[in-house]
Amino acid sequence: MTELLALTLALPLLAGALFIVATASTRAALFGFFAFGLFLALAWVALDAVDVALTEAAIGGGATGLLLLRLNGRMRHPVSLGEPAGPRLKIAAGLLAALVTLALGALLLALPEPAPSLAAATVEPLPTLGIGNPVAAVLIAYRALDTLLEIVVLLIAVVGLRALGTDRGWGGRPVPWPEGGPSPALVFLARLLIPAGLVFAAYLFWVGADAPGGKFQASTLLAALWLLAIMAGLAPAPSSGGRWTGRALAIGPLAFIAAGAIGIAAAGSFLAWPEPVAKPMIIAVELALAVSIVVALVLLVAGPPERETGR
Amino acid sequence: MSATLFGLAGAALVGIGLFGLIVHPTALRKLLAFNLVGAGVFLVFGVVARRAAAAGLAGDPVPQAIVITGIVVAFAATALAATLLARLSGPEEEP
Amino acid sequence: MIADLLTIVLVSTGAVFFLAGTVGLLRFPDPLSRLHALTKADSLGLGLIALGLVPQAGSIWMALKLLLVWLLVLAGSTAAGQMLARLHRAEAADD
Repeated sequence: MTELLALTLALPLLAGALFIVATASTRAALFGFFAFGLFLALAWVALDAVDVALTEAAIGGGATGLLLLRLNGRMRHPVSLGEPAGPRLKIAAGLLAALVTLALGALLLALPEPAPSLAAATVEPLPTLGIGNPVAAVLIAYRALDTLLEIVVLLIAVVGLRALGTDRGWGGRPVPWPEGGPSPALVFLARLLIPAGLVFAAYLFWVGADAPGGKFQASTLLAALWLLAIMAGLAPAPSSGGRWTGRALAIGPLAFIAAGAIGIAAAGSFLAWPEPVAKPMIIAVELALAVSIVVALVLLVAGPPERETGR
Repeated sequence: MSATLFGLAGAALVGIGLFGLIVHPTALRKLLAFNLVGAGVFLVFGVVARRAAAAGLAGDPVPQAIVITGIVVAFAATALAATLLARLSGPEEEP
Repeated sequence: MIADLLTIVLVSTGAVFFLAGTVGLLRFPDPLSRLHALTKADSLGLGLIALGLVPQAGSIWMALKLLLVWLLVLAGSTAAGQMLARLHRAEAADD
C-alpha cells in the first residue's frame, strides 16, 4: 500500500520534471514548476519529513516559482548562454545524465543496513532545551552555526541584489508588480487571505517548538502575505534605502550572535544555550530572526530597487 | 522500500535536471533545471534521513534540518541568479 | 459504520467531479471553457472530499480545520481562475 502511494507521488514528480525540461514554452515550464513543487512537498510528507515539506512548499516551490515567474515577465528578451544544442550534444548530455542517475541509484541501493542514525542523540537532550520538535532543535541548538550562516547567506543575497540594481534606483523601491493595475479578484483574495494567513503564521511560529512548523515556515508565510499585499496594491514594497529595512535585516543575525556570545559567558561555548533560560532565549532569537527573514525574502522576490522613492 | 522509491525518483530528477542544464540554451531554463537537480539531491538526502528512523522518530532529524537549510540557500542563490538575469536581459532605459 | 459509508460515498463522488474537471481540461477546445470546467468541478469535488473526511476527523476542531482548508482553497482557486481568464482576454486582445 505504501509502495502504491509512493509510486503515485513519484511518477508525477518525474513527469513534472520531464515536462519542465521538455516543454518549448518557458511560461508552461514555470507553471509546471509550481505543480512539481506541490508534488515534491507531498513526497516529503510521505517521507515523514513534514518540516521539510512545509519549507519545500513555501520556499522551494512557492517563493522560487514566484521569483522566476516575475523574472520571466520582466525580462525584455531571453538571455541566451549559447547556441541551441545539436543532436550530438543532446546524446552526450543524455548519456551523462543517465550515468549520474544510475550511479546515484546504485549508491542508494548499496547504503549500509542498518543505517547510521543520530536520532537517538538528538532526542535525548530535548527536555533541557524545552523544545519538542527534534528538527527545530537541530536547527536552533545542535547545528545553530549552520542556521546563523544560512541567515547570513540570505543577507549576502540581498546585498548582491542591491549591488545589481540600477544607479537610478539606489535607495528606492522595487518596480511595482502588475503593470496594468491589480485584478479585482486578486485584491479580494488578498483582503481575505491576509488576516487568515497572519493567524496561521503566528500558529506555525508557536507550534514549531513542539510540532512541524517554525520560524522559517512562518516567516515565509508572512513574506508571501506581504508580497500578496504588494501585488494587490494594498501595501508598498520595502524601500531599500529606508531606515527600517536595514535595521530589520540586521536584527536577526545580531540577536543570534549576541545570544551566541552570552553562550560563551554562561555555558562555555559559542551558541550554547544556558540551560535555565534556554527556551525564552531561543524564542527571542527566533522572533528577531523571523523579522530579518521576512524582509530578506520580500526583497529577494521583489527584485532590485528601480523606482525613485519621491522623497 | 517506499522510501527507496523516492530516492530513485530523486536520482532520476538529478539526471533530468542535469540534461536540461546542459541542453537548454536560455539562462532561465537553465536556472529551472538547476533547481530540479537541487530538488533531486534533497530527495536523495531525505531518503537517507528516512532510512535512519530510530528512537521513536520517523526519520533522522539531522539530515532533515540540513535539507531545510539547503532549500533556503538554494532559494538565495536562485534569487541572486534571477537578479543577474534581469540585469543581463537589457539595460534599463534611462530617462 | 454509517460514518464510514458516508465518507466512502462523499469522497468517491468528489473524485468523480475531479475526474470530470480533468476530462474537461483535456478535452475542451479553448482556454476559457477549460477554466470553466476546471474551477467549478474541482471546487465542488474538493468540497465533497473535505465533507467526506469530516466523519473521520476525530474531533470537532479537526473537522473545522478541514472545512477551513476547503474555504481557503475555494477562495484561492476562484481568484486564480478569474486572473487566468483576464490574462487570456488581455493576450487575445493583443493579437
